[in-house]
Amino acid sequence: MIFPESVIPDERAESLTNDEISRYSRHLLLPEIGIGGQEKLKAAKVLIVGTGGLGAPLALYLAAAGVGTLGIVDFDFVEASNLQRQIIHSTRDIDRPKVASARDRIRGLNPGVKVVEYNTTLTSANALDIIRGYDIVADGTDNYQTRYLVNDACVLLGKPNVYGSIYQFEGQASVFYAKEGPCYRCLYPAPPPPGLVPSCAEGGVMGVLPGIIGTIQAAEVLKLIVGGAGSLIGRLLLFDAWNMKFRELKIDKEENCPVCGKHPTIHELIDYEQFCGLNPPAGETPVSTLTPLELKARIDAGDKLRIVDIREGHERAIAKFANSVAIPLGQIARRIDEFDPATDTVFLCKIGKRSIYAIRALEKAGYTGRMFNLQDGVNGWARDVDASLPQY
Amino acid sequence: MASLLIPTALRAFTDRKSEIEVAARTAGEAVAALAEAYPDIKQHLYEDGGALRSFINVFVGETNIKSLNGLDTPIDADATVVLVPAIAGGVR
Repeated sequence: MIFPESVIPDERAESLTNDEISRYSRHLLLPEIGIGGQEKLKAAKVLIVGTGGLGAPLALYLAAAGVGTLGIVDFDFVEASNLQRQIIHSTRDIDRPKVASARDRIRGLNPGVKVVEYNTTLTSANALDIIRGYDIVADGTDNYQTRYLVNDACVLLGKPNVYGSIYQFEGQASVFYAKEGPCYRCLYPAPPPPGLVPSCAEGGVMGVLPGIIGTIQAAEVLKLIVGGAGSLIGRLLLFDAWNMKFRELKIDKEENCPVCGKHPTIHELIDYEQFCGLNPPAGETPVSTLTPLELKARIDAGDKLRIVDIREGHERAIAKFANSVAIPLGQIARRIDEFDPATDTVFLCKIGKRSIYAIRALEKAGYTGRMFNLQDGVNGWARDVDASLPQY
Repeated sequence: MASLLIPTALRAFTDRKSEIEVAARTAGEAVAALAEAYPDIKQHLYEDGGALRSFINVFVGETNIKSLNGLDTPIDADATVVLVPAIAGGVR
């Protein structure tokens, strides 16, 4: 939809210096932006949640474009495996807080931008206080609980939420602005059950994908500030990088949405871990685990064990686990007859998370044998037992 | 035959296939045909009671079936049905 109003009122526009006029000349030459639009960009305050794959292009392009204040939220530290896509960070930044690394890069690019760092996790306790001071929020998070948190906080505070998310080769982008259209909950009333959709750490992601989706988010942020442009409000953009296809879908406001509908039932932030099913149900027995060293000891002692690798073939090829049987996670429950309840079974994956779902799936299917989860997975084994294996 | 587009998040259950042809008169039949072709996907598409899971949207063309007739929404023989799940990646 055309969203004619800028989210920045005219009286907040900040006049430009001659140096700024030179720097932003190519914007000023566009009649749709011009001096007025650039003055609003200077006055605008944008919060970027996450300085990873999506946050990197967001922060770089918004800084380059002259957005006056950028808030950046991230609790994480730069790792080597981030650098395949998180282009705001450099090799020399490994082990630094992401917000510090991002701040330095933004300042190098455009010293006129004020950077506010939040080296913390966004939570129900701090989200409203942090978001309140900003005009727009750009969501570049990597988990469902923070997505619902950002959505609800934006709805409660009346802020637009510029949304992007990615998985493997596929991205989604939209603008959720409850005053004008649907919110995230209108589209997705509830998250998937934990474990169904693996994280990028487990499922992988094509490095350029967040570059494309994050840049689309940046474009949406700039247009909300300048005003008068066709926004993604009420539209969901799907992008498939593997087949190079864009698709646009209409999304409607849900009358019964619990946070932005006609009769909302959510009036304050909730416990999003619980909402996303991440707290174990009361009375659930935790799965039994073996540390890599404990498993090594049992193998060395000649214990009768069956080791089941629940990773897919392409992933096993990265780091093979000797003497294991391969049964991909999606097939575990239906292949229950291949398990012998008299033999202890050890399940493993990359980091020891998906293997828990394999154990739960067999429990649910009625399997009674003893099952163990290899703590920290193949990466843990490579770290503690077999240094010849790569960690990935 | 209608086309059913399978999102990346569910391709682990479809031998990585991104699209299948289905003989279906409604959106619900199209989704059911996918579950029949790839039984491992079934528990991820449907709640235990048989309702479609709420993190998955079904679009016929550009329109969400929530705004039409739900799973009973009739589809043309050459329709494109798109499954759109919530995905969350972005940072790490």
